[in-house]
Amino acid sequence: MLGWIDTLLQGILLGGLYSLYATGLSVIFGIMRLVNLAHGDLIVLGAFLILAATSAGVPLPVACAVVVPLMFALGYVLQSVLLNRALGRNILPPLLITFGLSIIVQNGLLETFSADTHRLDVGSLQSASLPLGGGIAVGVMPLICLAAAIGVILVLNGVFYRTAVGRAFRATSDDVEIAQLMGINNRSIYALTMGISLAVCALAAFFLGTRANFDPSIGPARLLYAFEAVIIGGLSSLWGTLAGGIVVGVAQTVGAHIDPEWQILSGHVAFLIVLVIRPRGLFPRAVD
Amino acid sequence: MSRLAMLETCDLTAFYGDFQALFGITFALNEGETVAIIGANGAGKSTFLKAIAGLLPRPAAAVRLDGRDIGALPAYEIVKFGVALVPEGRRLFSSLSVEENLLVGAYGRHTGGPWNIETVYQLFPMLRERRHTPSTALSGGQQQMVAIGRSLMSNPRILLCDELSLGLAPIVIRDIYAALADIKARGTSVVLVEQDLVHAMSVADRAYCFQEGRVSLSGRPAELTRDAIHAAYFGL
Repeated sequence: MLGWIDTLLQGILLGGLYSLYATGLSVIFGIMRLVNLAHGDLIVLGAFLILAATSAGVPLPVACAVVVPLMFALGYVLQSVLLNRALGRNILPPLLITFGLSIIVQNGLLETFSADTHRLDVGSLQSASLPLGGGIAVGVMPLICLAAAIGVILVLNGVFYRTAVGRAFRATSDDVEIAQLMGINNRSIYALTMGISLAVCALAAFFLGTRANFDPSIGPARLLYAFEAVIIGGLSSLWGTLAGGIVVGVAQTVGAHIDPEWQILSGHVAFLIVLVIRPRGLFPRAVD
Repeated sequence: MSRLAMLETCDLTAFYGDFQALFGITFALNEGETVAIIGANGAGKSTFLKAIAGLLPRPAAAVRLDGRDIGALPAYEIVKFGVALVPEGRRLFSSLSVEENLLVGAYGRHTGGPWNIETVYQLFPMLRERRHTPSTALSGGQQQMVAIGRSLMSNPRILLCDELSLGLAPIVIRDIYAALADIKARGTSVVLVEQDLVHAMSVADRAYCFQEGRVSLSGRPAELTRDAIHAAYFGL
């Protein structure tokens, strides 16, 4: 029994990481209906950027503080010079561009950093844990990760629902043509959106790199977990995405608890089960 | 027209892909004037307003505001020059509340003027009561009020109105036109696209009739006979 409670807790904490993977994806899909197939690889790129900074002697917190705005800038530029040119009624061109980007990022990382696995070192925090009594303990880093996932959603919701720029984001998402009549430059809104998405990727990269080993090839699997979290969540809100991330996380730890070989598979099975039972996700959009 | 018109189009053409919708529209709107554009379905009335507002590509020199070419500007720049469009079918932002819809209308505002959230609520008092309601929960007439209010929030000098009366009950149409009179009284010039001839002619200083993308008739309502309008409308 205790083992199951522990498994559930670890799953929820893992869900925090998946939610961080998924939030950026959810934001760009929600606002510009863009599917970014390079999302997972961009998270890995973020992890390597942090790694490169720390290898050069920069302390880890400073490296993160630099890489998050750097990734924001990268997203802004990527959207304005490349993806905005491909946006239109047809969703295929941007899809193909991000597919190409995924290959470029993966191979670029392979060329620069080789296929070796790496890890970000957080020292004693790495193994620190909080005992909850009854023999159950939770890791401090996974706890910080879940808190960060919730914090990111609180901040983004604050921006989207309480500021004039946030209203412009939502208006653009609702009806891009009419939004322009309000004086909203949709292209700069899109560039900001991609910037936000990649800034969250950078944060996710930090927690990815401290939790497990990473190498240039692991991006597509992160993309898949993020996709599953977004779809399970149902596209109506970022809280749905968090819930989706937790579903995938819990399914994976439960699967691993039964048999370690089942970890990845059970996450995908949970996704398929949700699709069968609730095809539009747990918290669907009221209007599409 | 002796003085320089505020808004002019000169030989304005517009296309949807290969399909040509406007064939050289020449049009003028003077300061403080209300001009109606009438015509059958598919005559190019809405296309004309969209082309002015910047939602469709058009020749750079074909649209002029205060003598300045604005034909090359995108829609989000046009509104900053004081031209606002109330789109056909309201098109409110469905995930925004009534008040948020109004506030987003002020996003591109660059000048002061009579309109702000308070004066819009004075114009349409029932919107104040429903300010926190999702815009989709309103009746058609109330939605039209939000759409008009949203456009006013940018303090336009020129308000382009596309089919204000579409799908509304006669009593609601009367309210909307009463509000339009208030808006005009504050000095806003209005271009009114309407299928409802009676209402359009009752408020307009001048009228243009469109037929298949061309101006088929223009003049002051009093000077246009029923037969002339009929002929211009249907091309008989």
